[in-house]
Amino acid sequence: MSTETNNKSGASALLGWIDDRFPLTKTWKEQWGAYYAPKNFNFWYYFGSIAMLVLVLQIVTGIFLTMNYKPSADGAFASVEYIMRDVNWGWLIRYMHSTGASAFFIVVYLHMFRGLMYGSYKNPRELLWIFGMLIYLVLMAEAFMGYLLPWGNMSYWGAQVITSLFGAIPYVGTSLVEWIRGDYFISDITLNRFFALHVIALPLALVFLVVAHLLALHEVGSNNPDGIEIKKNKGADGHPLDGISSHPYYSVKDFMGFVFFALIFAGIIFFEPTFNNLFLERANFDPADRLQTPAEIAPVWYFTPYYAILRAVPNKLLGVILMGLAVMIFFLLPWLDRAKVKSIRYRGWLYKGFLAAFVISFIALGYLGMHKPTPALTNAARVFSTVYFAFFLLMPWYTSVDKTKPVPDRVTFHAH
Amino acid sequence: MHTKMKAPVMNKTMNTRTFKARNLAVVALALFSTLGMSAHAEEEKLMHANNDVANKASLQRGARNFANYCSGCHSAKYVRWNRLAVDLDLTDAQVKDNLIFTGAKATDSMTINMDPADGKSWFGKTPPDLSLIARSRGADYLYTFLHSFYLDASRPTGMNNVVLPAVAMPNVLWELQGLQKAVYEGKTSEDGKRVDKEFKGLEAETKGKLSPEEYDEFVRDTVNFLDYVGEPGQVERRSLGIRVTGFLLILFLLAYALKKEYWKDVK
Repeated sequence: MSTETNNKSGASALLGWIDDRFPLTKTWKEQWGAYYAPKNFNFWYYFGSIAMLVLVLQIVTGIFLTMNYKPSADGAFASVEYIMRDVNWGWLIRYMHSTGASAFFIVVYLHMFRGLMYGSYKNPRELLWIFGMLIYLVLMAEAFMGYLLPWGNMSYWGAQVITSLFGAIPYVGTSLVEWIRGDYFISDITLNRFFALHVIALPLALVFLVVAHLLALHEVGSNNPDGIEIKKNKGADGHPLDGISSHPYYSVKDFMGFVFFALIFAGIIFFEPTFNNLFLERANFDPADRLQTPAEIAPVWYFTPYYAILRAVPNKLLGVILMGLAVMIFFLLPWLDRAKVKSIRYRGWLYKGFLAAFVISFIALGYLGMHKPTPALTNAARVFSTVYFAFFLLMPWYTSVDKTKPVPDRVTFHAH
Repeated sequence: MHTKMKAPVMNKTMNTRTFKARNLAVVALALFSTLGMSAHAEEEKLMHANNDVANKASLQRGARNFANYCSGCHSAKYVRWNRLAVDLDLTDAQVKDNLIFTGAKATDSMTINMDPADGKSWFGKTPPDLSLIARSRGADYLYTFLHSFYLDASRPTGMNNVVLPAVAMPNVLWELQGLQKAVYEGKTSEDGKRVDKEFKGLEAETKGKLSPEEYDEFVRDTVNFLDYVGEPGQVERRSLGIRVTGFLLILFLLAYALKKEYWKDVK
């Protein structure tokens, strides 16, 4: 290069050369560099960027795990132990990946709860919410298939039980289960296809959906804890008065969030990687055994609320339908919610009460799904399942009669 | 070689005993149904191993115990001998002379010579590999398990275990611990028509070579070794963790200061 003696002009010349051919600076500015976000983001607004961090972490650690993992019924379990014992830093990469899976769900659940609190799914963000929900669905499939790969006994029986649920569907059920498994039971063939889906198909879909989620977000603009559209109040420069440029303000703020997350994440990885046998279950340290079920088959903690709903219903088909509905019903939120205000700050006690009851039910179902059912616990699961669905099904009613407070024109913000 | 020679004798004994056991099966089932239930409740009340995987002397003793009492039947196939040597501050020669009975090289893993099919025919179940037993059961369970064998004539081995009823494994440590017997207390049923036996605990029947305290230490070292074997890198993991979290704590303070500085402008 002729301009090598002057590095700065060389770099900007190169950037100009690229910008003439590819919208690099334009995209950066639109998506982050000059994207104006509300200045009143609170604690709950860290989890979107942290979810992206976890996605990157899972992809990178996943690539390195794939280098030593063997996707076969004969070799899978031993190859994971090989990674844990003989591969340099293998234990760290594996723990990052296994803890990352649970962290992903924690972060996504908190991110979704933020949406519920501040009405982030409401007009004009319906499509943004739908992309988010699709991410959640793909994430569930990704986690489920990834869980089979260590080929532990809980991997095996968990997959056996969950895939068998499709058998409850009339007429096509049995054939569908065989089609999914590629065999009459979970076998080497199932492991291979789950591996293919886990390492390429689903991550690809996940990345695509995350891009769509972000494009939609930066198109409509971020919601905020006041649920006010900051674009309605623009200054002379055309930027929202209550907005600040994401870079550098949210760059430095999200970086602080990243480090705080990393601190907790490292605490788990280095000091309690099984998280009291929740993130890595005891039964999964026994290799898959087709003739011996674990003492108790339960999915990993992030699926247990839905599992509790499934078990609470006496009829298997109805249970499967309600379990599916419990996930899918989130898609309808933008149309179930009739409130004129978005944020919980200006909603009445009815919404607050229902949201609180919903959160309690979700956590209680999660707890019940982890434990052996007794008649009393099953009854409790039925009560909590009813509350869970009531939150959604009664929403058109309670959000339209709820007494809301007037929403201010400008966001609430106290300078730090 | 050693096990192969022993095989036919052992096989015969086992078969005769199994036959006897079958005759007793129905009676035993009825008798021990109460015990089974209390034994299940017992599982929740495990003893505490209180082992320390950072204690290398204990791990060395545990490795010796494992080699002498476990490795005849149980492999630890994911563990490599030379990794063990490094982690336990032993030389390869020390490991070869004191721990390896199979003629394996230091670079080999801790496999055994017993044919899994033989194991199955002798014990009714192939003795499991113990590489991950501490991870799948927990150290407290193993510590309790090795304390909970008791005399039970209805079993083929003449032994049963409180935490794992109908256990296939004989009590290989009986000479050290001494034999234990189960203690029951008669309990009249509510209608007063029958007397149920209620399991009360275990009691020494004969004295072992070790005192109860020495036996506790023996089991603790052995369980400690199994705990180490379950995750050989765990000591390193924790020590690295202190440094990583320390670094992240400092980085967080810097990130916080950086954020504060930038956000001064935001009014």
